[in-house]
Amino acid sequence: MSSLINIGYLVASVLFILGLKGLTHPRTAVRGNLLGATGMLLAVVLTLTNQQIISYEMIILGLIIGGAIGAALAIKIEMTSMPELVAVFNGFGGIASVLVAGAALLENTLNGEIPMMQLTIAIAASGLIGAVTFCGSLVAFGKLKGLIGDGAVLFSGQQVINAFLAAAALALSCWVVIDPANGMAYWLLVGVASVLGVLLVIPVGGADMPVVVALLNSYSGLAAAATGFVLSNNVLIITGSLVGASGIILTQIMCKAMNRSLTNVLFGVLAPVGGGPSADEVYGGKVKSTSAEEVAMLLETARRVSIIPGYGMAVSQAQHPVANLAAILESRGTTVEYGVHPVAGRMPGHMNVLLAEADVPYEALRDMDETNQDIDQVDVALVIGANDVVNPIARTDPNSAIAGMPIIDVDKAKTVVIIKRSLSPGFAGIPNPLFALDNSLMLFGDGKKAVLDMIAALKDS
Amino acid sequence: MEMFIMGLTIFVLAIFVGFEIITKIPPTLHTPLMSGSNAISGITVVGAVLSSGAQHTMVTTTLGVLAVIFATINCVGGFMVTNRMLAMFKKKS
Repeated sequence: MSSLINIGYLVASVLFILGLKGLTHPRTAVRGNLLGATGMLLAVVLTLTNQQIISYEMIILGLIIGGAIGAALAIKIEMTSMPELVAVFNGFGGIASVLVAGAALLENTLNGEIPMMQLTIAIAASGLIGAVTFCGSLVAFGKLKGLIGDGAVLFSGQQVINAFLAAAALALSCWVVIDPANGMAYWLLVGVASVLGVLLVIPVGGADMPVVVALLNSYSGLAAAATGFVLSNNVLIITGSLVGASGIILTQIMCKAMNRSLTNVLFGVLAPVGGGPSADEVYGGKVKSTSAEEVAMLLETARRVSIIPGYGMAVSQAQHPVANLAAILESRGTTVEYGVHPVAGRMPGHMNVLLAEADVPYEALRDMDETNQDIDQVDVALVIGANDVVNPIARTDPNSAIAGMPIIDVDKAKTVVIIKRSLSPGFAGIPNPLFALDNSLMLFGDGKKAVLDMIAALKDS
Repeated sequence: MEMFIMGLTIFVLAIFVGFEIITKIPPTLHTPLMSGSNAISGITVVGAVLSSGAQHTMVTTTLGVLAVIFATINCVGGFMVTNRMLAMFKKKS
């Protein structure tokens, strides 16, 4: 029987791998996700046949409560709040690992037995990673939601305290391994790891959150893998390592797109602000302001338009009017595409989801490299709520705070229209010479209102 | 120890498989990737089910049931929200 269950777990693992593979294309992605869910169902049903289980009431109760809460969250959540939801789910995965490992420790020491060392090591790892994931995710959730200050919380001696906590966590882990019968050591470890989780995320600023959410995603996978070692269960080990790998890859992509090293993000080191030319030197009398009507006229004669959205577009809820504007232009024979920078949203791929929600077809969404390939053939590049990710200084000034950061080269388009409330700097805190270029026009105002005005002007003409 | 080495082997190999597959996923689908991989990391539910069903002591059962709840939220919520997002990416006709 037990080998039959293990073969079933193997099938579940294969389904997970095929499920992830399905995500390589939107055509197969829905099916991929269903394959993953089927694998999960199979794994749970198989586990229910395990002979260790003597009572089902509590399990069923837990499954019903958890399923209902999960379903409610999934149905109700706004797409703009996806990063918060993923952060919370990461955290729940982490706490589940903590609880399972805690229960396993108790079970294995009940009759005064001394568990094997590899088991206690896995239990300590599970508790440590799980608790860091749980508390770190809660802080990330709070920051994304605006419940706690969005900015980086820095205080002196922070890194010393973190180092001390990490050392304490390691010492407590050793204690769990040496004296597993002492239940207190494990929960002390969980406590210290929780504080560590909070302190690791607190110094990260709001704009760096995509990196942290991706990293916590990876941790939640590693926590599941550690729990797999506790239970000697291969499906947990395989799944956990898949998720761990996925999170690490996304973390790297995000760091690269923001031109920050992972250590800089994690320790709240901000790029040096200042130096370089002042805003007056960059803009002084060279910025041309335009109106929605003028932009509408430009768009009417354009053959190819590229829309470059930033998070500011989502903040002003402009994605639906933008999609509407694009549809009107398309019906007049203009080619419209979207150039999406990797950090345009608040988590990897977030902006694409927001645009897809506004019924923008998948084919119109182009990533940064695709967009840059032929941006010089674009008649009008429409930048909405983006700043640092289109700042050409990243390419031209090796001493700038964002030198070397990959950007969308909108300055190479024939005309650039930037919709923005003011000339205020973006997260990097530096002026953007794009705004003062000869082929640039600034449309000052709220993104949503500006786009609605353009639509009105187009309809009038 | 044998078991541990076996587990470690599987762990390392699965990480390589993960790297191979996930680097092929286009940036456009990275959010569904995160929520979807998040859902499968709720696989901890398997361990939680065992702890809560074995009923060794009151404490282990309680820990198990709480873990079942958290892990199930993670799985069910994760798969459902991923499905919701992916449905929006379907080709518009």
